Amino acid sequence: MSVNTRFGPYGGRYVPETVIGALDELTEAYERYRDDPDFRSELGVLLGHYVGRPTPMYRARRLEQAWGIDQGLWFKREDLCHTGAHKINNALGQVLLARRMGKQRIIAETGAGQHGVATATASALVGLGCRVYMGRTDMQRQRLNVIRMRMLGAEVTPVDSGSGTLKDATSEAIRDWVTNVDTTHYIIGSAVGPAPYPEIVAEFQSIIGIESRAQMLEETGALPGTVVACVGGGSNAIGIFRGFLDDPDVALVGVEAGGEGPAGRHGASLAQGRPGVLHGSYSYLLQDPDGQVAEAHSVSAGLDYPGVGPEHAFLRDSGRVTYVNATDEAALSAFLECSRMEGLIPALETSHALAHVRDAASSLRAGGPVLVSLSGRGDKDVDQAGAALGIDASA
Amino acid sequence: MPESGAERLERAFRDAGRPLFVPYVMGGYPDIEASKRHARILARHADIIELGIPFSDPLADGPTIQAAGQMALDAGTRPMDVLAIADDLRDGPPVVAMTYYNTVIAQGADEFLRQAAAYGVAGIIIPDLPVDEATEVRTAAREAGVALVALAAPTTDDDRMAEIGGSAEGFVYLVAVTGVTGGDMSIDDRLRALVDRARRHISVPVVVGFGVRTPEQAGELGGLADGVVIASEIIRRIGDAPDAQAADAEVDRFGAGIADALRG
Repeated sequence: MSVNTRFGPYGGRYVPETVIGALDELTEAYERYRDDPDFRSELGVLLGHYVGRPTPMYRARRLEQAWGIDQGLWFKREDLCHTGAHKINNALGQVLLARRMGKQRIIAETGAGQHGVATATASALVGLGCRVYMGRTDMQRQRLNVIRMRMLGAEVTPVDSGSGTLKDATSEAIRDWVTNVDTTHYIIGSAVGPAPYPEIVAEFQSIIGIESRAQMLEETGALPGTVVACVGGGSNAIGIFRGFLDDPDVALVGVEAGGEGPAGRHGASLAQGRPGVLHGSYSYLLQDPDGQVAEAHSVSAGLDYPGVGPEHAFLRDSGRVTYVNATDEAALSAFLECSRMEGLIPALETSHALAHVRDAASSLRAGGPVLVSLSGRGDKDVDQAGAALGIDASA
Repeated sequence: MPESGAERLERAFRDAGRPLFVPYVMGGYPDIEASKRHARILARHADIIELGIPFSDPLADGPTIQAAGQMALDAGTRPMDVLAIADDLRDGPPVVAMTYYNTVIAQGADEFLRQAAAYGVAGIIIPDLPVDEATEVRTAAREAGVALVALAAPTTDDDRMAEIGGSAEGFVYLVAVTGVTGGDMSIDDRLRALVDRARRHISVPVVVGFGVRTPEQAGELGGLADGVVIASEIIRRIGDAPDAQAADAEVDRFGAGIADALRG
């Protein structure tokens, strides 16, 4: 079966000619190994014994009560994955592909640093050199992850162009790839970029949805009424949604970064952008009338991105998924509530999904249980969230 | 019927009688008036002008062109301001606009290309629009009378070279290095083999660029290809000049030197 390159009109391969050959090569490798028993078994063993899959399904009873979600609130615990977020599911899959393609070097972009840490980890595991591009702004606000990547042996290269965030890091990673394409595999961290990346990333992340569906049936005897996930590029969201796309009674909700609120800066590409091309694919994009890509804003580095994966654009237009947003402020308060009522410090990205669940609880009440993709843990965010919430380590 | 952009470009290659000099001007760098002056100065030496329309996220460009484009955008440069420079060059060499795909589709490819044609643009280069994604834009460009100039790279295999050659208009821009603009290129057996390979599959003229800096390189490349693009080096020289007058003089001197080298 050939790899999906378009989701309706969205997707495609809008990249310099230089990397088209590498995209073809990646497509061929993926088609060859996707269902290869050796590949699947190697990945399966790693996911089980190294990542810690299947991740648990946890019922958040105190938040359920506090937020009035009588039908049940469930967390898919991707925060328990090795390295602290779902990103490792994709990084491991792609590193195994890279090794089969004979590549000697891995590059990646990172925003919050979770994908960078996952890629540095996977590269260390298989013994490949790794360079991670990270915006300078993000290096400051996610400095713990910078240290982790360096400890894992990766080179972290600061990116100063633009606003020094995920968009700029991605552009720089693509430029590196254009220059070193013969030896290097580029591991994109979200379901964005030129084909075949959005499909490959979504498929490696679809394990979240596949496990979730089976676990919900086992735990509750029914499918969830609503599945909620945060959306930056959209990899954890597409991963969990893919488990439920064919279940028409399950409502799917993606939560984008509402940033400073309706009048301010934000990262809500699907809500407020219009279709355009960034980083190789056609999708919703924050841009000015001339097509210049706008700077996004979010308290969470992982959602601070003006684009979004092409499959989400398609799911938005088709109406299968509803996309909403949560502000910085709402996410920060949900971050604290989840920490204090469940003993789970969620990532700031994930906190956007939680904020929506809290703030839309009354409208979610009608359906069955609410399932949230708890995409990552918030250890990386303690500096920034602590500063925003007035919590520090003073004696 | 007026001459199409492709025909004007073909005529430029026929009439030059030597390998073509294709300098790049970033519209709006360091400001719109200066870029207009630089384009006019270069038009005295050039056979085709490549006119860059700045884009916020130029994936095929190295640091020099990125920074120039960002400076142009920060000063408020808009695509139509840059196309107006082409209008100013109507009595000079043909102008090929260079920009990224999102700039073209932001107002609709049809509309963008109609406007480009109205400003006298002969061709357009879109480095993030590979041949297999280009069908719609090519149709729109043909209708507008603008040649869609394709790029080929060292990593382009023979089948794709043939595909690019099959739909090429005006000329093909052959990227000399596996990399972004403004890096290091060298004229070696690999590059000679690449140009030979491109010529076997492409019947329109082949112009080489990416990393060309000196008159010596240009002269030597002229022996291989039908033309030479110089971009980052010109921007760097403009940036290094102490003032606007010195920048104008440097652009003139450098352009004359390249044209001389290409005369052989």
